[in-house]
Amino acid sequence: MTSDPGNQPAGSEQGPIDTVTRSATATSGPPLRDRFRGSGRAVISAITQGSPTVVTILAIFSALVLGALVIAFSDTTVLHAWNSFFAAPGAAISATWDSVAAAYSALFEGAIFNPHTISAAFHGGSVGAIFYPLSQTSAQATPLILTGLAVALAFRAGLFNIGAASQWIGGAIVATYLGFAVSLPLVIHAIVCLIGGFAGGAVIGWLVGALKARTGAHEVIVTIMLNYIMYQVLNLVLGTPTALQLRGQANLISPNIDPNAQLPHVGGPPPQVGVGFLVALAAAAATWWLLERSTVGFEFRTVGANPSAARTAGMSVPRTWVLAMLLAGGLAGLSGAVAIQGTFYSLNFQSFGNYGFSGITVALLGRARPLGVVLAALLFGALQAGSTVMEAATSVPVDITEVLEGLIVLFVAAPPLIRAVYRLRRTEGAGLGGAAKGWNG
Amino acid sequence: MERVTTLAAEIRAPAATNRRMLAAGALIAFGLVDILIFGLFSHKGEASFALSLTGASVTVPTIHAPGYVVYILGAASIAIGIARAMPIRMSPGWRRLAIGLVLLFFVICLLIWSDTGSWTHGIPVNVVTLLQATLAGSIPLILGALAGCMGERAGVINIAIEGQLLLGAFMAAIVASTVGVVWLGLIGGSLAGGLVGLVLAAFAIRFFVDQIILGVVLNLLISGITGFLYDRLMQPNAQTYNSASTFSTLKIPGLGDIPIIGPIFFDSTIFLYITYVAIILVQIGLFSTRWGLRVRAVGEHPTAADTVGINVLGIRYRNLVLGGLLAGIGGAYLTIGSVGTFSKDMSSGLGYIALAAMIFGRWTPLGATAAALLFGFATALGNFLGTITVPISPALLAMAPYAATIVAVAGLVGRVRAPAADGRPYVRA
Repeated sequence: MTSDPGNQPAGSEQGPIDTVTRSATATSGPPLRDRFRGSGRAVISAITQGSPTVVTILAIFSALVLGALVIAFSDTTVLHAWNSFFAAPGAAISATWDSVAAAYSALFEGAIFNPHTISAAFHGGSVGAIFYPLSQTSAQATPLILTGLAVALAFRAGLFNIGAASQWIGGAIVATYLGFAVSLPLVIHAIVCLIGGFAGGAVIGWLVGALKARTGAHEVIVTIMLNYIMYQVLNLVLGTPTALQLRGQANLISPNIDPNAQLPHVGGPPPQVGVGFLVALAAAAATWWLLERSTVGFEFRTVGANPSAARTAGMSVPRTWVLAMLLAGGLAGLSGAVAIQGTFYSLNFQSFGNYGFSGITVALLGRARPLGVVLAALLFGALQAGSTVMEAATSVPVDITEVLEGLIVLFVAAPPLIRAVYRLRRTEGAGLGGAAKGWNG
Repeated sequence: MERVTTLAAEIRAPAATNRRMLAAGALIAFGLVDILIFGLFSHKGEASFALSLTGASVTVPTIHAPGYVVYILGAASIAIGIARAMPIRMSPGWRRLAIGLVLLFFVICLLIWSDTGSWTHGIPVNVVTLLQATLAGSIPLILGALAGCMGERAGVINIAIEGQLLLGAFMAAIVASTVGVVWLGLIGGSLAGGLVGLVLAAFAIRFFVDQIILGVVLNLLISGITGFLYDRLMQPNAQTYNSASTFSTLKIPGLGDIPIIGPIFFDSTIFLYITYVAIILVQIGLFSTRWGLRVRAVGEHPTAADTVGINVLGIRYRNLVLGGLLAGIGGAYLTIGSVGTFSKDMSSGLGYIALAAMIFGRWTPLGATAAALLFGFATALGNFLGTITVPISPALLAMAPYAATIVAVAGLVGRVRAPAADGRPYVRA
């Protein structure tokens, strides 16, 4: 299930040209110009043969093109213009262009930056307003980074964690409860809630790992079922006044957490970065260290690449499964805690969102690497931040982000398709996950 | 591959004896709940079960059950549990019968408990209505689970059942609304499911994408597309795009007039009858025809199947599309079979329950149907208890199918084994 190039057969990612280049540079100092030509050829070969990065970029591009078609041809004015295409072909094409351009530029302005804020800043407006879209993007990306890591970490150990949603709920329930039921000093309270959130998710993850290790129950089935079980648990605790429900409320909503437990925002005037974002980045760094630099991480990756070999080498496969799922669950639980403590302050079905399933797409797009997960989460965070602005400006529904996310990951998962569409040279090669495994594997 | 199987076997081995004790413990626990909760906390009086609908031509007398029946059933459950703990070899049939009986006793106790209480105001529990709701609610589950069987028996995992149901519901509503013919809506929904099956097949077979990942991504994509088009087209122009009429019920002459059985099985929409036919066709097709033998060969050992001249990839493509057509009908039921209008994410996890039902039913059409009916009954019971405001949370009942599936895959009801080549892309050597 891992997509670590180190685990793939040698030379599967480097094409023949690349190998030639390398051997040329290795023989004692070729002329500088040749070296330049060599690296230039390496870049070209990477593009023509479709390196993972190139495939990812092309996948994003293809998804945006398809998304544009969906936006344009669900627009009633565009459809009307096309009805009279033979009378006025120019009008149809320009209506299509206008519809797409308006939507995508609003998406960009909501996610990255709005040119108007720069000119406004020159005329006495706020400089901070320029960075407002970016701060929105980082806020949207925060829970996605953590759920993405939860899926990615399990992936590297050969487990497909579809249960980030259930672990998110587990973490959010514990963090919310600690947030309003306990009274602690300023910084300590927030930390206790974060740890509680991690633990809440870790318990759910541990259950999955333990069931797989003890009985061989497939983690995909168990996590899917746990998603629904935890959804109902959330229903139950939010409907029980002695548990999480706000007293005197018929709605399913928890009380606000204590201000001491809330995660503050840092860095200057209003558009700021939440501490939650920094927590997520720290978690990504810790996950990277764990996977790439620690013995435990080495065991994770070995078990993920080949459980039989790992077992022969003396590693305990069941123990690795349990530990990987425990940590993955903890990361998803942390996502729940950060979302409650940094953004929503109270738990309900609106804050529940779609973080668990988005985490899967984030992990897949990030190729199950911590840095990749952060970048993918920022991309999807940008899409989500931009889409709300887009809906307000052009009434294109926010659901387009789900369409774009799905398309991007679908294309990333099928490099042969992208290679075929863009006439890239290599036509074979494993996509995400390497060799597909079944229920029995 | 050899090593992996031995590894799995070694991990599972010590659980074999534990499993017997765990199963027995679970059965006894059910009996204890029967006695301690439904018995001791029950109200005095007797429960009554109505067996015919109001206004039926032939009425069956209402059954009255006094409260102490709960104790008898609870004791029987505990006895079954103790028998299960004995170190004697029980055939799988007996084991399943034991579980079935204990669950049945549990449900009867639950109903007696809720009806002797003051919540129903002395109105009898209408068993016929409850079972009608069970069957109707099971239609998308059964058709989805059959789609799963078709795919997985041929060696392709189908997690996109959820997406097939959702797109089927969407297309059925749109076609039936714009054209105004419900039958075309049914066909449209079915084709939409088939299309998802085709996409799944193409990506899994042609591009070797991991099938579990693929299914999850397709579900997400379909949820996004239907949600987007709902907000952008359907909702603003609901008159044109989202005002489908629904199929009316069709009482089968003769059979529909039989007391109890008639209204439950033979007085429903065309969807239920399609489901009957689909169950029979898939069951017989998979296990009693040459086609089924080939499908199962492809799912268990594609290389061997290929060697004797079976078109492995062709069978996989065809089965996924055929299964998708069935699941699409199940999706169409959600709109033009019941409520008529489409709403966002209206399949709400039914596809995943269908997947669970297929696994619970051990990859067989009949088993999957039984499991789907069980899950459908849990849902119908939850809705029923919700309407009479019994002081137990409907959330607990809603959890039951999912928890039962975890118990099943954890091996507590015997080993559950997928087709050997399930999920592995076939590459000709």
